[in-house]
Amino acid sequence: MAEYLPLFWQAMLLTLRIGWVGILGAIVLGLLVAMVVHFKVPVLRQIAGAYVELFRNTPLLIQLFFMYFALPRLGVPISAEACGMLGLALLGGAYMAESFRAGLEAVEPIQFESAQALGMTRWQLMRHVVLPQAVTLSIQSFVANVIFLLKETSVFSAISLLDLMFVAKDLIGLYYKTTECLVLLVIFYLIMILPVSILGSYVERRLRYGSFGPARA
Amino acid sequence: MVLDDISLAVKPGEVVVVSGPSGCGKSTVLRCINGLEQIQGGRILLDGAVVDGASKDIAAVRAKLGMVFQSYELFPHLTVIENVTLAPTVVLRRPKGEVESEALELLDRVGLKDRAGDYPRQLSGGQKQRVAIARALAMKPEIMLLDEITAALDPEMVHEVLDVILDLAREGKTMIIVTHEMGFARAVADRMVFVDGGAIVEEGPPDEFFDNPKTERARKFLHTFEYESVR
Repeated sequence: MAEYLPLFWQAMLLTLRIGWVGILGAIVLGLLVAMVVHFKVPVLRQIAGAYVELFRNTPLLIQLFFMYFALPRLGVPISAEACGMLGLALLGGAYMAESFRAGLEAVEPIQFESAQALGMTRWQLMRHVVLPQAVTLSIQSFVANVIFLLKETSVFSAISLLDLMFVAKDLIGLYYKTTECLVLLVIFYLIMILPVSILGSYVERRLRYGSFGPARA
Repeated sequence: MVLDDISLAVKPGEVVVVSGPSGCGKSTVLRCINGLEQIQGGRILLDGAVVDGASKDIAAVRAKLGMVFQSYELFPHLTVIENVTLAPTVVLRRPKGEVESEALELLDRVGLKDRAGDYPRQLSGGQKQRVAIARALAMKPEIMLLDEITAALDPEMVHEVLDVILDLAREGKTMIIVTHEMGFARAVADRMVFVDGGAIVEEGPPDEFFDNPKTERARKFLHTFEYESVR
């Protein structure tokens, strides 16, 4: 079984590489979409709404198939890896947008006024007052989204990416070591996601709204 | 229409107290002055320049007006000192070190220097409100607008906040104060403005207003603070 470890390790690194770029993209996209929806930017708001519904209500596998097989035919060549990153960013962006939007809605409107009264421009108050609070307020669903996205990477094998699932299926097919491979698969997913989960709940505890700073004695 | 027939001129160094029954439009007057409320008619001038809440330059105007809210509205994700230094560094783009030492002086002045590193939630209501005052002062505003700043406080905390304001008044800070604290109003005001039904009903020096109100409505309003009918 030990000889499989390097294969699994390589696969995990690939998953992490695609995962972290995809999730970063999802965060940026999610923030933009959340602001467009929250501030009711005309036209863009409708596009953003359609985007969120489209990507939240279709499976990632089908989104990936579409990008991997249909885009090159439409004249947009795309590598499997880029496809994985893009797919994850688009799917994640839709979920992140929803949690950031909920966070934005939870910031007290008078906080805007308080910042405005100090002479801050719209951009300054978003950057320094509203977004930090909104992100903090949405930290719980944010962490859940990150974990969800890392788990979603298990469908990458379908577009011939050598991810954990691919390696496991490959080894099972070659050597019939089904149980061993599946156990390794579970273990490697845990190695990847458990730290995120633990770090996430630590950050959640520290940042939960109303508990900034050390706990009151 | 919330406000109608409001004409008010405030001179530098003057302390004007606006009072009146709840819902009469006192707070709206303040919110109009710094453009937080859109006006349908009339003008607001600051140093001869028009204040327009919808214009691009409104942020620069607001930077000259320090506003303190009833509910403090400190930024919960920032420490006390960060609350005070944020606007001077971000809006006025002043160097951090300079702003920080000024902020500490201001916090010292409101008696909270030792709480500089704490977060707002660790403070009492009165302490939060004093930080909010320091935060407004950090912008070196030409005028302070105080919107019922003690209305949400327990009685024993009201004093610590009002002391700071009395101190500012002695120093000659121009202020427009909306308050229900009549004793404080009398002590701090250069001029009383009584608003009812969205209009200025009566105005004058505090002694005159409190001892010999000219209008029936002001008399009735002041009477509510005497509790004679309850006795």
